[in-house]
Amino acid sequence: MAPTVLTPAKPEVPARTDDLGPGGGSNGGHRFGDDGSGGYGGHAWSVPARAYRTGMWMALAAIVMLFAAFTSALVVRKGISNDWVRTALPNILWLNTAVLLLSSLTFELARRAFDAGGDLWVVRGTRWLYLTLGLGVAFIAGQLVAWRELAARGVYLATNPSSSFFYLLTAAHGIHLLGGIVALGYAAIIVRKIAAEPRKRIVVDLTALYWHFMDGLWVYLLILLTVRL
Amino acid sequence: MPEAHAETAHQHHAPTKFIWKYIFSLDHKVIGKQYYFLALFSVVVGMILSWLMRIHLVWPNAKLYGLDLLSPAGAPGGVMTPEYYLSLMTLHGTIMIFFVLTTAPQSGFGNYFLPIQIGAEDMAFPRLNMLSFWTTFVALMVLLSTFFVTDGPPISGWTGYPPLSAVGSSAGPGEGLGQTLWVISIAIFCIGSLLGALNFIATTLDLRTKGMKLMRLPLTCWAWFVTAVLGLLSFAVLFGACALLLLDRVGGTSFFIPGGLIVSDKIMPHSGGSPLLYQHLFWFFGHPEVYIAILPGMGVTSHIISCFARKPIFGYRAMAYSLMAIGFLSFTVWGHHMFLSGMSPYSAFSFSLFTMAIGVPSAIKTFNWLGTLWGGKIRFTSAMLFSIGFVSLFVTGGLSGIFLAQPQLDPMLHATYFVVAHFHMVMGVAAIFGMFAGTYFWFPKMFGRMMNETWGKVHFWTTFIGVYCVFMPMHFIGVEGAIRRYSTWTDNYLIPMIPVHEFMTIAALFTGAVQFIFLINVFWSMFKGEKATDNPWKGTSLEWTVPSPPPFDNFAGKHPVVYHGPYEYGVPGKDKDYVMQDSPEKIEDDE
Repeated sequence: MAPTVLTPAKPEVPARTDDLGPGGGSNGGHRFGDDGSGGYGGHAWSVPARAYRTGMWMALAAIVMLFAAFTSALVVRKGISNDWVRTALPNILWLNTAVLLLSSLTFELARRAFDAGGDLWVVRGTRWLYLTLGLGVAFIAGQLVAWRELAARGVYLATNPSSSFFYLLTAAHGIHLLGGIVALGYAAIIVRKIAAEPRKRIVVDLTALYWHFMDGLWVYLLILLTVRL
Repeated sequence: MPEAHAETAHQHHAPTKFIWKYIFSLDHKVIGKQYYFLALFSVVVGMILSWLMRIHLVWPNAKLYGLDLLSPAGAPGGVMTPEYYLSLMTLHGTIMIFFVLTTAPQSGFGNYFLPIQIGAEDMAFPRLNMLSFWTTFVALMVLLSTFFVTDGPPISGWTGYPPLSAVGSSAGPGEGLGQTLWVISIAIFCIGSLLGALNFIATTLDLRTKGMKLMRLPLTCWAWFVTAVLGLLSFAVLFGACALLLLDRVGGTSFFIPGGLIVSDKIMPHSGGSPLLYQHLFWFFGHPEVYIAILPGMGVTSHIISCFARKPIFGYRAMAYSLMAIGFLSFTVWGHHMFLSGMSPYSAFSFSLFTMAIGVPSAIKTFNWLGTLWGGKIRFTSAMLFSIGFVSLFVTGGLSGIFLAQPQLDPMLHATYFVVAHFHMVMGVAAIFGMFAGTYFWFPKMFGRMMNETWGKVHFWTTFIGVYCVFMPMHFIGVEGAIRRYSTWTDNYLIPMIPVHEFMTIAALFTGAVQFIFLINVFWSMFKGEKATDNPWKGTSLEWTVPSPPPFDNFAGKHPVVYHGPYEYGVPGKDKDYVMQDSPEKIEDDE
């Protein structure tokens, strides 16, 4: 069954009577000022929902560039040196990966519940969100366990170049995921408190986008660590 | 997280308390001015540093009173040590490139005018916007704090090359805490720039008003947009480089520090790292960075030249596409900063080829500026003079770039004043001229008063002649072999060049002094200048449809509708010679 993707309704392009052509975003689509959530400014102008989407994609592009820089550093550092020592990956990483993949699934279940609408479904969806959040925290805890395991083996940040990269990449990913956990907590609160559909939806959708991206990024990093470390 | 500021994005009532109105303001116009004044402060600091260096270069024993108070170790008795010279050079470069050239043209003018020119009430994410300014402010404070740590600011230049920058205090004064603070400052600056860049991109793409098609954007908006894309993709990489450098410094890792390295008779405990790896990461950022500095100046120049030549910009689409071409190519040329690194001649050839390819869109822009001027009814206002000055400096500085793009010539010129002359002309002074042009042009809109035109012209001619006197001779002594980063001239072949250095120092003191004409003009006009009308220059873009200064929400609750391109000047058959973008009248060659 195809997953139900919760995107804001397509921006409605107003019927044009002149030759103005497609102008900017504030011609159509959802705007938070119009959504009846109340108290947000006294006039019609507001930020279209797709600006938030664009902003999130741009943030993800910057994160891609950061990890691309780290990846090229790893490839070059390994390629030119004669001091490279393989760091065996702690086994718990596979469990962590499963936890994180599962969290993406529970996030989608939450979104499907919100999509169904109705108060009961909001309660259910929120539960899925909290479960997702719990799985995210579990993943971070699992990563810390992996660090402890390496430390117990006497492998620290500066022990050898491959361990430096292991700590660097897992830490950089973990910090980004912590940001996602904060956003997820905010989303879980906001879906209960605010009735306004478009705003709630954009918060949940963009957090989901970020969350799935962090999930995919981790799979990429795991492959990189397995193949190149 | 965009959701974090969703609430404020549409809370569009003007705040009344001082702290929310002027300090932690969400208004893009206030934030734009905050960036502008941050850059103005920084440029004065950076200029004073360059004065101190120029004075020391030609009068090495001159006592600089007060400098010994700032750094008793770096300038005992007011005479700076060679190391302290390098500290000043490092901070001059870092302040000027990050906190002036990156800050004023993009974040300053861009924040103020991008939303108005596209017909929006604010940037897409106002709270993020405030956050990027205050992040940048913290970065500047961290950087300036290096003046006051025990062994002073770092000495490794604005590029911060390892291993010097990575091994800690054994590498010299300033390489301890000072260098660590430098890395942290740049990393913080990266975060502020990334937040700013994504805000600019979302604003340009999604907040345009009705009828504001992409091909009706003023060229300033195109320039800010392309610059934001460059910033988004390159600052993330610099952040990565800073993270690795910091780990090498404080975490004991060996990303950039080679094995068996001996510094100050001590063998370093590192192994196998590569300083060249840092250079690749740094210049992957560093080359787009020079376009981050210059592209907004190009946008402003296009905007102003069209207005004061009373002609449509020559080749609007070519201007927009050449901005994109320059932006794209800027990611393919970083290796030309590293021809001395022993790279394969094939790589060097490819970097050289792409570098020279940038000459094509640059030439398109230059010819289009000249084409716009040709046959125009030119009004030589201060803004126009600085725009034409921008074209002149861009050509002069760009031509020496062709020499430096040759892998055969660069090794001889690389460590000389030829390079110093090149990048000061093309990136430093040209970009500053873009800022001056923007200031004279937009000051009436920003502050509601006119600047003094007579003193503006005096400022232009003295500055224009002054900068050529400073930087033209540098090319010649560079070809003669004058080495950069030396604090005094003691080698036999360098001594005969000292008179040229004296000339340049006097020219630099003069050029710096005349900048106070500008500063006084700005602050005097802010309070005492003649009141500005809504459209003092008879411009066509949307910023000239609103009062000077614009109200809190720019368009007083109305949505402007755009019917024309931004450069409808000299339109035949009209009672006035221009058509505003929001004017519904028909004109013949309208799309």
